[in-house]
Amino acid sequence: MRREAPKSFADYTPLLFPGVMLVVFFVVPFSTMIAVSFFKRNPAGFYTPDFVIDNYARFLTTFFAGVLGFSLMLAVLVAVCCVSIAFPFTYLLTKRSRRVQTLWLVGLLSVLSLSEVIIGFAWSTLFSQTAGITNLFVALGLMDKPVALLPTFGAVLAGMIYQALPYTILVLYPALVRLDPTLLEAARTLGASPVKAFFNVVTPALRNTIVATLIMVFVFALGSYLLPQILGRPRHWTLSVLITDQAIYQSNMPFAAAMAVFLVLISLALVGLTLLVGRRENAL
Amino acid sequence: MSGLDINAITKAFGNFIAVDNVRLNVPHGTFVCLLGPSGCGKTTLLRMIAGLEEPTSGAIVLDGEDITPLPTHKRNLGMVFQSLALFPHLSVGDNIAYALRIRGASKEEQKKRVDELLTLIHLPGFADRPVAKLSGGQRQRVAIARALALSPKLFLLDEPLSALDAKLREAMQVELRQLQQRLGITTIVVTHDQREAMTMADLVVVMGHGRILQAAPPIEIYRKPADAFVADFIGITNLLPAEVDSAGRTTILGTAIPGLAMPAGVTKASVSIRPEDVHLGEPGGRAITGQVTFVRDLGGTIETFVEVGSTSIIAVATPRERPNVSVGAKVGVTLPPESCVVLGS
Repeated sequence: MRREAPKSFADYTPLLFPGVMLVVFFVVPFSTMIAVSFFKRNPAGFYTPDFVIDNYARFLTTFFAGVLGFSLMLAVLVAVCCVSIAFPFTYLLTKRSRRVQTLWLVGLLSVLSLSEVIIGFAWSTLFSQTAGITNLFVALGLMDKPVALLPTFGAVLAGMIYQALPYTILVLYPALVRLDPTLLEAARTLGASPVKAFFNVVTPALRNTIVATLIMVFVFALGSYLLPQILGRPRHWTLSVLITDQAIYQSNMPFAAAMAVFLVLISLALVGLTLLVGRRENAL
Repeated sequence: MSGLDINAITKAFGNFIAVDNVRLNVPHGTFVCLLGPSGCGKTTLLRMIAGLEEPTSGAIVLDGEDITPLPTHKRNLGMVFQSLALFPHLSVGDNIAYALRIRGASKEEQKKRVDELLTLIHLPGFADRPVAKLSGGQRQRVAIARALALSPKLFLLDEPLSALDAKLREAMQVELRQLQQRLGITTIVVTHDQREAMTMADLVVVMGHGRILQAAPPIEIYRKPADAFVADFIGITNLLPAEVDSAGRTTILGTAIPGLAMPAGVTKASVSIRPEDVHLGEPGGRAITGQVTFVRDLGGTIETFVEVGSTSIIAVATPRERPNVSVGAKVGVTLPPESCVVLGS
């Protein structure tokens, strides 16, 4: 099939609808936010148009740097955990019969219908001392007495992995299903055990998919602000929690906007860096 | 015992019997072609030899050792897949060195063997190229070299040339045969192309419906097909009804063929005769009279279609042998009895 480059203006008309949507729902609100981030806060009302960089300057404290660092670390950890669990799982899933695959995918999709609030409170019950899973461990004789597993960092991490895992699997599934099964068979005829073949043929052959999925989960986890509050202590709160706090409870929209812009820039920089490293490795 | 012994192998997928009680002995160094239409079980048989499919019953014995319970990666074989299955993330050299690398061979050892194999497949200096930059024929050779890296006992190929265009395919057939003879490696190729089988094989195994219909050297398969299916599948043939008349003579299309004997007790059978063995001449005498319905002049050969009653007979000759036959002409068809093969029903 030959694809011709669009020539006349009429050839671009299919782009009109998505273009308009992008402008109305993304470019306009995002520009507004950038503009607001330079406005001056008005304690009596809301904010007054201005051009000050105080909002960004206020950011340069160890407190905010710490929160930003923690947010990034948490998002990276969630992304790495999700992909390390989801990749082998999805690979094994694609080897099962069509029926088994469908049942699993339907199950995973139904997890997506749960809201973050429900997931948060379900896990807080599961991790609680009175009704949590530790009671089960006591019954099984594994523990002496039930303990509370929250609020802890582990609880935050578990909740966020649970939330992001279905997305990870759904993103990896199409690539793994399309993977030529004879690649693995070829590796086996050449003397690689199935486990060895998985690590030195399947994984490197899907390197780009894995990197893209890591980035997706990273961005997804960066926006989480409910689970850290339900399952963690205040020191486990992410930048998103602080942004919400500033925007809604402190009515400091310019500062919230500045933090949001900063978060976007940092994430973009990290994603760009990942892609750059990936390209350099490919070139070698 | 040296060689490969396939001992009463059966493979069932649910109710469907893909390979049905197949027995085959392949002496060491033989080039075997598994030939048959799609769905005849030839690929399943190959995959069982490779260990990629588990037989429902039976055993596969290689050089006296029962390899049936061994997983693929312990069987010491080389296989070329229909899709070639070259690793897209590795260079040509790394693809070929894969088997050596996972066995922990040193860098020098790997490089030495890769250079040897690249010379063998006439692609010296290609080690650092990415696989994606190769042409179809080059990929084919790299897949072959990769499979041969460890000098395996058994070389298996699943429709290896089907992705190539006709000209390249014929050249690769010759090359593959020469390579196999130089290395003296026991080789099994699955193909549905009878020309490919005739070109390369020492032993052609024709399969149909999961069974071996005939296993013999190519020329024997061609000259003495075991049944109508084999005769029809290998090349072009005329399948004609033969009968024994009241006088005890064998007749084809109502004309007696002196010298053609039917097996004892058989009064009706099919006879196969190759188009190049059918002679056309003047009508009358002992010849069967027919009418020419079509002439296909291919330059090198002339195919003449003759209708006798409702049966069509194809006769092939060189233009020198048959200068002027035209559509509509009455001709006499002579069937030499020594070229007629009476087929089992």
